[in-house]
Amino acid sequence: MSESIEHRTPVEIAGLAADDPHLQPAARNPLLVERVIAVLFLVGLILVVGFGYCYWVDAAAWTLGATMGGGLFFLGLGLVAWGKYLMPRGPFVEQRHEMASDQETRDAFAAAIVERGGGVIKRRKLLGGLLGGGLGAFGVVAIFPLLRSLGPLPKDTLFHTDWRPGSYLVGIDGRRVHVGDLAVGSLLTVYPEGTEYTDRGQAVDQTVLIRISNENFVTQKGRESWGPHGYLAYSKVCTHLGCPVGLYEQQLQLLVCPCHQSMFDVTNGAIPNFGPAPRPLPQLPLYVDSAGYLRSQSDYHTAIGPGFWERS
Amino acid sequence: MSDVTTRRAKKTAQGPYGAVGKALGELDDRLGVAKGGRTFLDKVFPDHWSFMLGEIALYSFVVLLVTGVFLTLYYIPSQAIVTYRGSYLPLYGQHVTEAFASSVNLSFAVRAGLLMRQMHHWATDIFVGAIVVHMARVFFTGAFRRPRELNWTIGTTLLILAIVNGFLGYSLPDDLVSGTGIRIAYSILLSVPLVGTYLAFFIFGGNFPGTDIIPRFFILHVLIVPGIIITLVTVHMILLVRQKHTQFPGEGRTEKNVVGAPMFPVFMAKTTGFLFLVAGVIALLGAFAQINPIWQFGPYDASRISYAVQPDWYMGFLDGALRIFPAWSFHSFGYTIPLEVTIPAVIFPGLLFNVIMIWPAIERRFTKDYAEHNLLDRPSNRPKRTAAGVAVLAFVAMLFIASSTDVIANFFHVSLNTVLWAMRVLVLISPFIAYPLTYRICKEMQGVRGAGKRKTANVVTRTVEGEYVAEPAPAYVDDVADDLEPTEVPRFIDEPEAPAPESGVRIIER
Repeated sequence: MSESIEHRTPVEIAGLAADDPHLQPAARNPLLVERVIAVLFLVGLILVVGFGYCYWVDAAAWTLGATMGGGLFFLGLGLVAWGKYLMPRGPFVEQRHEMASDQETRDAFAAAIVERGGGVIKRRKLLGGLLGGGLGAFGVVAIFPLLRSLGPLPKDTLFHTDWRPGSYLVGIDGRRVHVGDLAVGSLLTVYPEGTEYTDRGQAVDQTVLIRISNENFVTQKGRESWGPHGYLAYSKVCTHLGCPVGLYEQQLQLLVCPCHQSMFDVTNGAIPNFGPAPRPLPQLPLYVDSAGYLRSQSDYHTAIGPGFWERS
Repeated sequence: MSDVTTRRAKKTAQGPYGAVGKALGELDDRLGVAKGGRTFLDKVFPDHWSFMLGEIALYSFVVLLVTGVFLTLYYIPSQAIVTYRGSYLPLYGQHVTEAFASSVNLSFAVRAGLLMRQMHHWATDIFVGAIVVHMARVFFTGAFRRPRELNWTIGTTLLILAIVNGFLGYSLPDDLVSGTGIRIAYSILLSVPLVGTYLAFFIFGGNFPGTDIIPRFFILHVLIVPGIIITLVTVHMILLVRQKHTQFPGEGRTEKNVVGAPMFPVFMAKTTGFLFLVAGVIALLGAFAQINPIWQFGPYDASRISYAVQPDWYMGFLDGALRIFPAWSFHSFGYTIPLEVTIPAVIFPGLLFNVIMIWPAIERRFTKDYAEHNLLDRPSNRPKRTAAGVAVLAFVAMLFIASSTDVIANFFHVSLNTVLWAMRVLVLISPFIAYPLTYRICKEMQGVRGAGKRKTANVVTRTVEGEYVAEPAPAYVDDVADDLEPTEVPRFIDEPEAPAPESGVRIIER
């Protein structure tokens, strides 16, 4: 035991004699360790070959992963053990060298930049200024493509949807919603007719239609005619982060956003009463035409979806 | 016979080191590699289990590159609508984007495709996790101090890039869950005051969802961000080699040397073996632990949603912050600042990563310690730093838990309201509990001799006379450390005015 402590004093590796104890394996019984590692390598080799076989015969995905992963694992285990137990045990020491140069070298370096280089620029102020101006202007001009090519300007697109006066409400299958279609307490996601298959229709125009009763339903003052036959339509885009408000809690008359659990009171103009959403879901004014189909009176009166700077 | 003679003659002609020696000689003639090469092979790497954490990050990144290249061969970054006609019957005939269809196809129709996809996803989760744990190691042992501040900054940048690229890649299959994530990202961009709408429109090429975002995310994910990551990882390694490793105090270890195993062959064998181990474990995870089964989520449709939508773990703290932040929207003069989004999703992460990045400067301001440090601290010897780190970790961990409020409420059958308020309170008080608690524990550990060290056995021997003698076994080399010369006693943050005069630590009065 004293012997091993003695050899724990670290030495420089350079110039060690081949029989130096620091260069001997760390294992007490190298022969045994060598056998164990041989077994590990053998298992790894077999698994890697197995991986090739599994790949060749197009076996199930898990057999590919099991053979490849197992093969790499056993080869890695053996290699780590080889390095740890059969290679020079050390410990070895290496001296650190100070990063900092001496003062003279530093000064020479700084002088080369400030005096030699800087002097050149100072003597030709006009050239330096023009070159700087040109490159600076290029930097500014280079921003333009970023602004004008990447995308259109927002303008007022965030304030409008495709709902128009008289738009038919259709489901995802394109069928117009008739006043008799929904039972009280049920719900349907609707789009203005013609947008149901489009990305924009699904992302912007999506509206949740709930039948809350059989009579006209008024959710707020000024919305007296918006809920004919108990049909209420709210924007399905959450005012928090824009997830679809897809959960309808029928007993409490709440619309719940599954992303961050904002809850909106269906009976009271979808005012949020829980969670991080700050604004009610805009309500879509509806009417029933002479043929009994549900249609929108107009677009939403406020911008749908999450908050942004230009929204008043 | 003559064959052997010629071979021997050839060997003699090539010098004592044979063909290898000759080839190296040719190389040295032209590049002069012998001196630097020998120094590099002799380079000493100190040995401690915690130095392996950064290696996990590096090697899972290698796995990411290899599996990622495989995936790009089959993935189509396009939002064009196609009719799915692949082998997964529940989706057959549905209108899906090419991105989604190709992701499903490469999982089912390409040999080893599913394995590669799952390995890629697992490797990402491990990559970011390993970076976080590695940073925690560097933080708590003070390895970020002078002269390594720059490498700490690069490391923090790498963490941010890893999270960003993880999110970008997670979005590429265009499935229902990841599409919801993109929608949230769009809304977060919108929430930036003044320029938010422009930012969102330029990045997405218009209003959400548009048809540009998947191709744009793709090129960012496979070229631009990985390019920056590879560059920064290279610089990270170069700085590490140039400045040499830190080491824990121990026998013969000083601020001026490095004690450990040489680069070649010991460290090289261990680290290459470790690369295989990391890759092997990731492959086994890819084989046996299903991850992100996009065919079950279905294609993205902006008007559909699933229950219990959670992002990958490294985005959890942001999602949690968004969930528990109150609905404080600011309206005035006809403008809106959506503080309910801006604060948790823009300002908070910005602040967090900036504080992490400049931590070396912050700590220097408090300790006035401008000296170089190559020996590491025991975390208990630096109670204030350790407590501050644990407080931040506790805060972020609580936010992470808060990203599952709905699942928690469901699982424990408590109301969502209760869970939300509980998480709000826990997030706010957790740092204030964690700090003093950690501080106390550190102080107690300082007072206990041998705390945090392995216990040594008593070796009982029987003498020839039949007498039993018990002797304590020699302590482990690493554990005798602190008592031995020439280890310098680390100065504690809370006792800056009592440095050991001969400790070699420079104090600069300001």
